[in-house]
Amino acid sequence: MRVLKAMLRQPAALFGLIVVVAVMAMAIAAPLIAPYSPDNQMFDGLTLEGAPMPPSEQFLLGTDTLGRDLFSRLLFGARTSLVIGLVANGIAVAIGLFIGILSGYLRGIVGNLLMRFTDLMMAFPALLLAIVLAALLRPSLWIVAMVIALVNWVQVARIVYTETRGLVERDFILAERSLGAGHFRILFMHILPHLMPTAIVWGTLGIATTVLLEATLSFLGIGVQPPQPSWGNIIFESQSYFQAAPWLVFFPGAIILLTALSFNLVGDALRDILDPTQRGRG
Amino acid sequence: MALLVLRRLVQTALILLGVAAITFLLLYALPADPARMIAGRSATAQTVANIRRELGLDQPLLVQFWAYLQGIVHGDLGRSYAQKTDVGSLIAARIPATLVLMAAGILVEVLLGLTFGIIAALRRGGAVDRVVMMASFVGVSAPQFVVALLLLYVFAVTLGWFPMSGFGTPAHVVLPAATLGILGAGWYARMVRSAMIDVLNQDYVRTARAKGLSSARIILRHALPNAMLPIIAMIGIDIGQFMGGVVVVEAVYGWPGIGQLAWQAIQQVDIPIIMGVTLVSALAIVLGNLVADIIAPLIDPRIRAR
Repeated sequence: MRVLKAMLRQPAALFGLIVVVAVMAMAIAAPLIAPYSPDNQMFDGLTLEGAPMPPSEQFLLGTDTLGRDLFSRLLFGARTSLVIGLVANGIAVAIGLFIGILSGYLRGIVGNLLMRFTDLMMAFPALLLAIVLAALLRPSLWIVAMVIALVNWVQVARIVYTETRGLVERDFILAERSLGAGHFRILFMHILPHLMPTAIVWGTLGIATTVLLEATLSFLGIGVQPPQPSWGNIIFESQSYFQAAPWLVFFPGAIILLTALSFNLVGDALRDILDPTQRGRG
Repeated sequence: MALLVLRRLVQTALILLGVAAITFLLLYALPADPARMIAGRSATAQTVANIRRELGLDQPLLVQFWAYLQGIVHGDLGRSYAQKTDVGSLIAARIPATLVLMAAGILVEVLLGLTFGIIAALRRGGAVDRVVMMASFVGVSAPQFVVALLLLYVFAVTLGWFPMSGFGTPAHVVLPAATLGILGAGWYARMVRSAMIDVLNQDYVRTARAKGLSSARIILRHALPNAMLPIIAMIGIDIGQFMGGVVVVEAVYGWPGIGQLAWQAIQQVDIPIIMGVTLVSALAIVLGNLVADIIAPLIDPRIRAR
């Protein structure tokens, strides 16, 4: 409640929150809002020459090269983007938390090995790795989500590691240990709750990264496969046509930007609210 | 100092070895079969088996990896499956184009980021600051390929100021560099702003102001040099980031760099090229960080003393 109130006071965060809720509503209610079926290749959806139709009263955002309604496809594309955003980023944050907390808590060999592994992953060109994996595996929505999770956990692990290291030194953990608490209890009852703000902030910021990555993979033709609509593959399908029909790139591009921007704004506001030491900084 | 350099070099070698091992393992485990790709659809099982033996793909994983490592130590990255040539020279031929693009992109983002970051810091809390910060958020949230297509549409198709794609003249580099630079500038602007705000609050800046120095002199001679440190660290990190980003930008603009080489290789399951580009990219990331670490003490005596 306190968090929500604080967010409503900042215009930028409020804007982000509204867009995030709107995109979620779009995804959930897509079948109710969509004027046409996203896969319906309509005869009157193409001009007499067989070209896509520009935005009009009949087709709000125009049609694509196969005569499908762009607005309906964007609505259903919101489902794809959000499902991948939530699933992929959820897994990434979970892996990051797990590895970060373990390497921060267990000093010794295990902790060291985990951290060196994280260093190694930092040196991996993430986008290149994602492209290679997505291209060589048989692409599907779940594969794309897995690939994104696999390259996106590293940053979370780094931050959680640093925070856990700091927490372990604190007196209340020392006190707990001297009272005879086991590792399990200390980790889950005392350290994990302190990491929740970080998890929430990265859970939000990471969705922006994930949405962009999914769109990029789909734009290259190795992400979510047509005819299942995704914002990226709508652009992929029409990119050779974009000089004649720029709306086919412009509208999906705008909604990708708007969605990523909004998750970034909300995540940034959450960081300010949940972590006062970061307030007002880059 | 010598010990430090030695340690970093060993670390670098270990990281590259790890990257090579993981990439090798992943490519080996993936279902795509390079022998079948080369043989074509209509090839008999015998042909595919022959090609597999010829490439050494019938050997156990560890034998293959060991052979690959021996090659790397001798500067041999293997031979391309599809192009039948040496991967090292294929990559070397593409690196200059990517370096040109990278340098131009970093120039654009540093110039934009410094300018707007400083303006925002000086007008902290004001309308200008808020507009710059919002714009930087838009910049970091924009999908690279959409910006690339948009710039193409406006400046190449509609206005005709720059060529659609290709390589060779300075005009060719403008749009790809702008694409990379505009997106990166968002990060720089945010960082320059917060670094400048920290510095501008320091006592010595107040002293300079009290001495009656001009604002321009205070900002450029007194404040900026101290705010440069995080910016240089960021350029180091950026060099690595670019190696991934160039795949998309080079694909859209038909830029003949290593991103394009990688993209073609990925589509042909040309594993030696994929391995080579991944290693070169990882090397760039590690070197970028290393260079930032070496430059930092050169411009900041406080770090040297430590």
